[in-house]
Amino acid sequence: MNTNALLSGGPLSAEIGQLFWIFVGIAAAVYVVVLAFLVVSLRRREGARAAPPDSPAARHAVRAIGIAVGLTTVILVVLALSDFFANRVIAATPENPLRVRVTAHQWWWEIEYVDADPTRRVRTANELHLPVGRPVQLEMTADDVIHSFWAPELNGKKDLLPGYTTRLTLVAARAGDYTAECAEFCGFQHANMRVAIVAHDPQDFARWYDAQLTPAAEPVSPELQRGRDVLLGSTCVMCHNITGTDASGVTGPDLTHLASRRWIAAGALPNDAARLAAWISDPQGIKPGTHMPATRLDADDLAVLTHYLTSLR
Amino acid sequence: MSARAVIDVSKLPTYAYSHRSLMWWGTLGMIAIEGTVFAIALVVYYYLRGLSLDWPIGSPPPDLLWGTVMTALLLVSGIPNQFAKKAGEAEDLRRVRIWVFVSIVFGIAALVVRIFEYPALNTHWQRNAYGSIVYALLTLHTVHLLTDFVDTVVLEILMLTGPLNGRRFVDVSENADYWWFVVLAWLPIYFTIYLVPRIFP
Amino acid sequence: MSRIDDTWADKPGLVGWLSTVDHKRIGIRFVVTTLAFFVFAGLLAAVMRVQLARPDNHVVGPDTYNQLFSVHGSMMMFLFAVPVMEAIALYLVPLMVGTRNVAFPRLNAYSYWLLLFGGLMLIFVFVIDSAPDAGWFNYVPLSGPEFGPGKRSDFWAQLITFTEVSGLIGAVNIITTVFKLRAPGMTLARLPLFVWAMLATAFMILFAMPSVMLASTFLITDRLVTTQFFNPAEGGDVLLWQHLFWFFGHPEVYFIFVPALGVISQILPTFARRRIVGYVAMVVALVTIAFLSFGLWVHHMFATGLPPLGMSFFTAASIMIALPTGLQIFCWIATLATGEKVRFAAPFLFIIGFFFIFIIGGLTGVMLGSSTLDSQLHDSYFVVAHLHYVLIGGAVFPLFGGFYYWFPKVTGRRLSERAGRWNFWLFFIGFNVAFFPMHILGLEGMPRRIYTYPAAAGWSGLNLLSTIGAFTVALSVLVFFVNVWRSRRAGELAPDNVWGASGLEWAAPSPPPPYNFERIPAVRSRDPLWEPGFPAAEVVGLPDIVRSTLVTRLHDAEPDHIAILPDASIWPFLAALATTIMFIWSVFTPWGLTWGAIPLTITLIGWFWPKKDETRRTCAVEVKPDAGDARVHQLREALP
Repeated sequence: MNTNALLSGGPLSAEIGQLFWIFVGIAAAVYVVVLAFLVVSLRRREGARAAPPDSPAARHAVRAIGIAVGLTTVILVVLALSDFFANRVIAATPENPLRVRVTAHQWWWEIEYVDADPTRRVRTANELHLPVGRPVQLEMTADDVIHSFWAPELNGKKDLLPGYTTRLTLVAARAGDYTAECAEFCGFQHANMRVAIVAHDPQDFARWYDAQLTPAAEPVSPELQRGRDVLLGSTCVMCHNITGTDASGVTGPDLTHLASRRWIAAGALPNDAARLAAWISDPQGIKPGTHMPATRLDADDLAVLTHYLTSLR
Repeated sequence: MSARAVIDVSKLPTYAYSHRSLMWWGTLGMIAIEGTVFAIALVVYYYLRGLSLDWPIGSPPPDLLWGTVMTALLLVSGIPNQFAKKAGEAEDLRRVRIWVFVSIVFGIAALVVRIFEYPALNTHWQRNAYGSIVYALLTLHTVHLLTDFVDTVVLEILMLTGPLNGRRFVDVSENADYWWFVVLAWLPIYFTIYLVPRIFP
Repeated sequence: MSRIDDTWADKPGLVGWLSTVDHKRIGIRFVVTTLAFFVFAGLLAAVMRVQLARPDNHVVGPDTYNQLFSVHGSMMMFLFAVPVMEAIALYLVPLMVGTRNVAFPRLNAYSYWLLLFGGLMLIFVFVIDSAPDAGWFNYVPLSGPEFGPGKRSDFWAQLITFTEVSGLIGAVNIITTVFKLRAPGMTLARLPLFVWAMLATAFMILFAMPSVMLASTFLITDRLVTTQFFNPAEGGDVLLWQHLFWFFGHPEVYFIFVPALGVISQILPTFARRRIVGYVAMVVALVTIAFLSFGLWVHHMFATGLPPLGMSFFTAASIMIALPTGLQIFCWIATLATGEKVRFAAPFLFIIGFFFIFIIGGLTGVMLGSSTLDSQLHDSYFVVAHLHYVLIGGAVFPLFGGFYYWFPKVTGRRLSERAGRWNFWLFFIGFNVAFFPMHILGLEGMPRRIYTYPAAAGWSGLNLLSTIGAFTVALSVLVFFVNVWRSRRAGELAPDNVWGASGLEWAAPSPPPPYNFERIPAVRSRDPLWEPGFPAAEVVGLPDIVRSTLVTRLHDAEPDHIAILPDASIWPFLAALATTIMFIWSVFTPWGLTWGAIPLTITLIGWFWPKKDETRRTCAVEVKPDAGDARVHQLREALP
């Protein structure tokens, strides 16, 4: 899934990773030293007398405490300063970022690329594509409860809160796949709310972007035509949007290019026909508590519907 | 064993007033807790106000009349309250009964005024967060008014029927202290609910 | 039986059991009850660990799992960790300061019953599948009227009310007892460090708990009567909940940790057979921690997008609190280094366990205090690891050490040393096996509060290991209970001062009589029982037909007057029942508050109304303040 915070995919997570190793290194050293002192202090000779308060041993001990306190202060200040400087890198406003609006729902992610030209706004769900090397600024809010976007290999996390817009910058240093998870408990399917992140070289990204702007693929066979008819005749249209058809619901994920995605159900299942059919007929069996209702179709209708959906690249 | 020195406390008083008494510290603890509740509730008011462009939200500020009457009434009620306290510390049962009774009359008056204050707020707790916090502040104070009033009534009945001992005069003194808290706690709440929206719109 | 035994005796049978105001009986009850909650919450955790042992597991579904972790957290924090510390304080503090009971014995009883009833309510709603399910800090909007259907969240909010009222009462009791009821000569500069720790804790409780009480009240009113405190659409704010909760929540972890620091400061010097090095520094450290703890709360909200300047401040403050904590650790090590050779009995083993485990937790805490690092670590299993390292290492290990240490005082018998070793090693090893892997899981991207995870995540092996560790911990707790059960009746008999310690509690018989000390001893140092010729003087002349004890002055512990404490009374129990009815009724309707207030008022009047017999005896021994004051003056001049 590529969610290891210490395996960095970009400069921001690398900065945090570096800070982490500084802290861990110092912490480990402190631990070893303090415990060494403890162990040594326990190794008193049999019959050793307790040192009275004014004895050299006691004054020695007090001086040692003073040194320890001084050292601790220095270490803590160093750590606080390290955080301060790292934070300036992380929190810096990105130059000419690609802006993406993210809205979290129970239990899926709505994603819309910002563009001054309304005809060039890609809308998708549960998948985020980035151009390598260019900062992407997520502008995030939540539709219902608090969620959190966490792509450990790209950056730290940021919450999505109803009534607020929060921002998170992602920078991918090389092409590859990453995963973001929801990191704020948000109800039944908090565990199954992932974003598949794909970082592309810039030309590949442009190609993907342009493909996403096209309306849904027209059915090229009678079977696909029937599949689309089944879709338009069932409750799917109440929640889902497929650009170029009459399905224009906004409560659920946009399906225009469903077949281009790696996962369905926000990362709960790989995207293939069999799993798609299972999801449509019994969402509760896969994600108990999900808001998607079960769609009762006979086997034939389900098959053609699924076939149609798999054509929506 | 018998060579040990003794500290003979047999002639010491069996009760005492003010900070010498355990009850005083218990009352102070209550005041600290309730004072913190009031303080945090006031902070919530200012926090919500800071978040909102429009304050009060969707309604005019509360009418000044009944809130100001309440403030005056509470401050004046301090007088019989203080007389009751002094009477208790002097252990003068007759004066205690009189001044605690007068305090009760003031308490009833305050509760009546409070009933008129609510509609004068010009909002409702369900309408928005402004309405909710204003009602909360007023109601927190009302709960204190009510419980201290009931306390005082019970105390008066005890002063009339007995059984009494010296400690009961300490109770009179403590009860008066708590009433002072109820009076003084009202002042920042009055300021916040009634004056802040007008002075700092 | 002498007259003092008669005066302080509890009535026999069930009535006596329900009406006792003996702080020791109540303290033991508190401890037993909180340990029962500990076991219950631990069993819930065991189920969670079974579910998480394998990927894509189906032992429990998300709804049950959400209730499991919410009840586990809520019960551990509100019904075990905080109250158990107050409980041992309510037992030990009067003995440690040399008095006969806490300042408000009936309130003490009332606060116990409230805790019990609140806990029973939580267990009941869990059994009927209606337990809180939004986590132990119950964030809005998930817990609010729109997204939290049913009454689950309301039960959480009322649990808060029960436990906070109980805790606040305990705090007022502890403060008043420590300020006013100390033995002659026990100035504040001579207070045992555990008493200082409890004083600091009690003040923290006083100023922090109101915040969560207000928050939970606002939540109930949002849900029950449509206030809009947390609704952004109507001027409310979702972050308001987090501020109010964590302003309480951060100090709360210190309510748990600071008493444990006090426990260590009692046990360690005893085993080193030397007074603590740096007493004043230790006190300053405790007080500093108490103050600083109020300035850290925003570090729980680093991921919410607050202004960077604010985050830097809270990073600095969160990191700096390591300083007074470190100071305590250095003083302890110095005490060991200048003391006699330590005999590693069971209490001391647990103290060593503290060092090894807590320090890791403290160091990961410094990491989490950095807002930059926290952006990766927050809400992941790294935090789960951290919080268990500080809570179990920092509080539960010293607590168990305390159990082994004071068990002989409470019962007159020692716990088995052999079983104690098994208890310790199983706990120590099991704990680290269970929780250390969670640091790694968090870094590998495992979020908190997920009921399952995919095999593709690569988290399976460490989760299985963690589950094995968890069951080892469960085994160690079982060993503890078996040890307690058998030692109660058949344990080795213990002399009054079995460890050769220096505190006043060891001067009382084991177990102490209801009145603790027939003759309250005077004190001339921080380590009374190590004074040659202790006690230099004893208090005589307290009337024994009433439950009397000595009140001393706050600033110099000179005798001031005699306090007559109440006899046993059934009213605290009845008032707690009435309170419970009111609280639970108001979960369902606001009128529960109005109508429920009536029986509560009646029981409170019954409580307050003086009893004829008590009044008669009080009047028989009454000395008025003006008549007695001259005697106070003379007495002070005569003190040795």
